[in-house]
Amino acid sequence: MLEVNNLEVIRGDRSLFSELGFSLNTGELLHLLGHNGSGKTTLLRTLCGLIKPSQGVVSWKGMNIRRQRDEFALEMLFLGHLNGIKADLTAVENLRILSRLDGLDVSDDELWQVLEKMGLYGHEDLAVGVLSQGQKRRVSLARLLLSKSPLWLLDEPFTALDKAAVDFLQTVIAEHVENDGMVILTTHQDVGLTTGEVKQLRLGWKKDGDV
Amino acid sequence: MFKAFYTVVMRDLLLAVRNRSDILTTVFFFIIAISLFPLGVGPELNTLREIAPGVFWVAALLASMLALERLFAIDYADGTLEQMLITPQPATILVLAKVLAHWLITGVPLVLLSPLLGLQYDLSSEAIQVLMLTLFLGTPSLSLIGAIGAALTLGLRGGGVLVSLLVLPLYIPVLIFGAGAVEATVSGLGGAGHISMLGAIFLLSLVLSPLATVAALRVSAE
Repeated sequence: MLEVNNLEVIRGDRSLFSELGFSLNTGELLHLLGHNGSGKTTLLRTLCGLIKPSQGVVSWKGMNIRRQRDEFALEMLFLGHLNGIKADLTAVENLRILSRLDGLDVSDDELWQVLEKMGLYGHEDLAVGVLSQGQKRRVSLARLLLSKSPLWLLDEPFTALDKAAVDFLQTVIAEHVENDGMVILTTHQDVGLTTGEVKQLRLGWKKDGDV
Repeated sequence: MFKAFYTVVMRDLLLAVRNRSDILTTVFFFIIAISLFPLGVGPELNTLREIAPGVFWVAALLASMLALERLFAIDYADGTLEQMLITPQPATILVLAKVLAHWLITGVPLVLLSPLLGLQYDLSSEAIQVLMLTLFLGTPSLSLIGAIGAALTLGLRGGGVLVSLLVLPLYIPVLIFGAGAVEATVSGLGGAGHISMLGAIFLLSLVLSPLATVAALRVSAE
């Protein structure tokens, strides 16, 4: 489904990675590893089409993603370092706008239910700006529960979450992979899956334990 | 597609309502800038009538530019902009929606306030009508052209100053034809030609500006 060939990305005048190639099929999870600054975020942003690779091609269903922006966007969900939510809007409003832009038809009841599942009961109609860092992250992650996209690109999804939320997110990710979804994520935690396959990709030149 | 357009317009209007100081700064800047001239130039009515179109239009340009910085900067900082660029909606439509909301917030109040401020300059009702018409036709072009500059300078330090250097020269045609229309009407020459030119500038920027803005946003979001 997702194929990466001979990918090279240059930031500034430094090549972060080159001749990178891998493929990802349904029911697989790719865990990106690497030390700080090794280019994990850059790779994810390249895969979702935000960064133009200086060489190589990212293709989805056999076609370059840059040639099919809208079609690819419909089948991909990217959650980056920034939560992508407005501080002046409430959790429900944020989620409603995001799901409409994602082309989903979601009723208000569903929005409230999803936020409750994310452990935001009683905080749905507060401006997101007054919530804690972890709660903001939960609002942003609530999109995963609404998403119908097969490919999830998650950049450090577990940061700022408490232990319960981490466990919950793990099960959400595991379920998605089980249902023939695809996940690429970066995290410094171990990712456990009951079914499906976990691939690992290590970026950078440092070994484990090096500072 | 229309739904996405509507969603973004309503989103930006709602954000403006929640954060009213943004709208009010632009509007008060416009009011104060225009009110300063009669105080500085003196109460000579003939002089005031003569300088009025130019003053109104220069104040409108500066007020519109003042608001530009916020058009994309906040969305860029909180990550909503990059999410918009990777939604399955055409990015030009989303940009157009943002510009429309921006104009409704910062352009329309200027149009509506101009008759009241025109009284300070002893403008005739005919001149005020033409002034409103030109502002109504011209301020959307200002927002559209300004969006390109705002997108280009996203994430740069001192972006605000850079925007003015980039955008003000592009505003010159709008200024010339906008102020020219009022002067031509007052002097009895008729401003129809100027107004047609304003309309043409608007249509041209309506077609070209979203494309350029999206291209600039994609570069800035990398």
